Amino acid sequence: MTNKPNAKLMTGNEACAEAALVAGMRFFAGYPITPSTEIAELLSRRLPQLDGTFIQMEDEIASMAAIIGASLAGVKSMTATSGPGFSLMQENIGYAAMAEVPCVIVNVQRGGPSTGLPTLPSQGDVMQARWGTHGDHPVIVVAPSTVRETYDWTIKAFNFAEKYRVPVILLLDEIVAHISEKIVYPKDEEFELVSRKITEKDPASYLPYENTDSDIPPFAEFGVGYRYHVTGLSHDETGFPTNNPEKVDKLNRRLNRKIERYRSEIIHYEESFLDEADICVVAYGSAARSAYRAASDARKLGYKVGIFHIFVLWPFPYEALSQIARRVKFFIAPEMNLGQIAHEISCAIKREVIKVNRVDGGLITPNEILEKIKNVQL
Amino acid sequence: MSFRYEFRLSGSGGQGLILAGKILAEAAAIFDGKNATQSQSYGPEARGGSSRSEVIVSDEEIDYPKAVNIDLLLCFTQEACDKYCTDIKDNGILLVDKNYVTKTPKGRFKVYSLPITEIAETKIGKALVANIVALGVITGLTGIISQQAVESAILSRVPKGTEELNLKAFNAGIELAQQAG
Repeated sequence: MTNKPNAKLMTGNEACAEAALVAGMRFFAGYPITPSTEIAELLSRRLPQLDGTFIQMEDEIASMAAIIGASLAGVKSMTATSGPGFSLMQENIGYAAMAEVPCVIVNVQRGGPSTGLPTLPSQGDVMQARWGTHGDHPVIVVAPSTVRETYDWTIKAFNFAEKYRVPVILLLDEIVAHISEKIVYPKDEEFELVSRKITEKDPASYLPYENTDSDIPPFAEFGVGYRYHVTGLSHDETGFPTNNPEKVDKLNRRLNRKIERYRSEIIHYEESFLDEADICVVAYGSAARSAYRAASDARKLGYKVGIFHIFVLWPFPYEALSQIARRVKFFIAPEMNLGQIAHEISCAIKREVIKVNRVDGGLITPNEILEKIKNVQL
Repeated sequence: MSFRYEFRLSGSGGQGLILAGKILAEAAAIFDGKNATQSQSYGPEARGGSSRSEVIVSDEEIDYPKAVNIDLLLCFTQEACDKYCTDIKDNGILLVDKNYVTKTPKGRFKVYSLPITEIAETKIGKALVANIVALGVITGLTGIISQQAVESAILSRVPKGTEELNLKAFNAGIELAQQAG
């Protein structure tokens, strides 16, 4: 028997909940919805054991508001939902972006639009994750494809949220969320944990939205003596609303620059077999699993196929894809939507992308990708 | 040559096929030390509606987690049998519950039509454990996962207080496989 004591069969949803606790999350507010419900279910048992707080709210609008409040009080906070619930959260996600409140929103994608296919997978919320809330706003979106990746990227999602003071969206899908697979439990010490930078100033001189060199204002948690104003309205460094064009322009530019200037630290992708490739399959989430299989089947048939596996969808890795496009001619993008990322790839590589799309609730099969590979006129 | 074995457990919601799949995967991955994944497809209903649970066992990392070339197909409804029997690979196994599946298709696979639910009812006294009887039959027929590993996985997954009942059901399934084999 090679039974490792720390090996466990677990689902992506379980991995997400456990990893969030490792990251230091101690406040969860949510409203159950398939296929994300197990995250809330597990946390409703685990958080009280750790002196954390679990609240089932009346809906997703309130859930998102609650985690913003908890985070302002200094607690790492999270909610989890799926398509319809994610739509309801959009207004307050914008509030979190505007008020620079660190938080993690898990969206386990299911078939849409509307209530769509509650129990079946999709990748239809990729653009909504980036642009679902109005106005130019900063956001980071990560999309793992296995249970172990879900564990690791949940922790990284909290680190991003804390470091950059932004809402971070962890985009799972029904396959990644519900698949059971073996993970060898990483030790908690293996992970570097980041917490928001706390101000060193005294309450009298503290400016909650100060323009600093890093573009990320230091934080003062509520309830320890710092009084300041938090609003979704455009505000100046004090946090109070303003219509002063100069100040508003400065705020909006800083909010977005805060992510753009650090994009090389945030972006993450993995390349495999691309050095000699004629064809590059660009994939993310559970469709990446099909892509790896298709590429290895294709290589056995003599095709030179590599993979560009994206883990951080937003900010998008335009530069890296543009580099690869200098030596690789054909790009194939399998997605369980009608080509939401394919368009971004086109922008990067300045040519058409061969799309493989499914919107019927089924995972793209390796064969569907392999057929496109075979049809490429090299 | 890498090894990949695909199970599909199919029937309707409420028959315990997703739990059975999780037990198989846990037995292979944790107690037998191989790699395994379990995934599922079901409708929005709590009971009824079609349900299927797929388990892949391999000695390599498992990328694509769905069954496409099935080594063993278990069917608990006629509908599932009609729909999925064409996905069985040559020399694969079709295992059906005799009481639910009356018309068994012919193909280049071995067919076992066994009274799984009936044994659960008469020998164990609870039709509810038919999924665990089926696990016994699958373990006995395929030899892919060790009997000891499946027993350990059953004990780790079934509700407290039902361990003995479930192990009895599992052993009844093993016996059924021996008689059929």
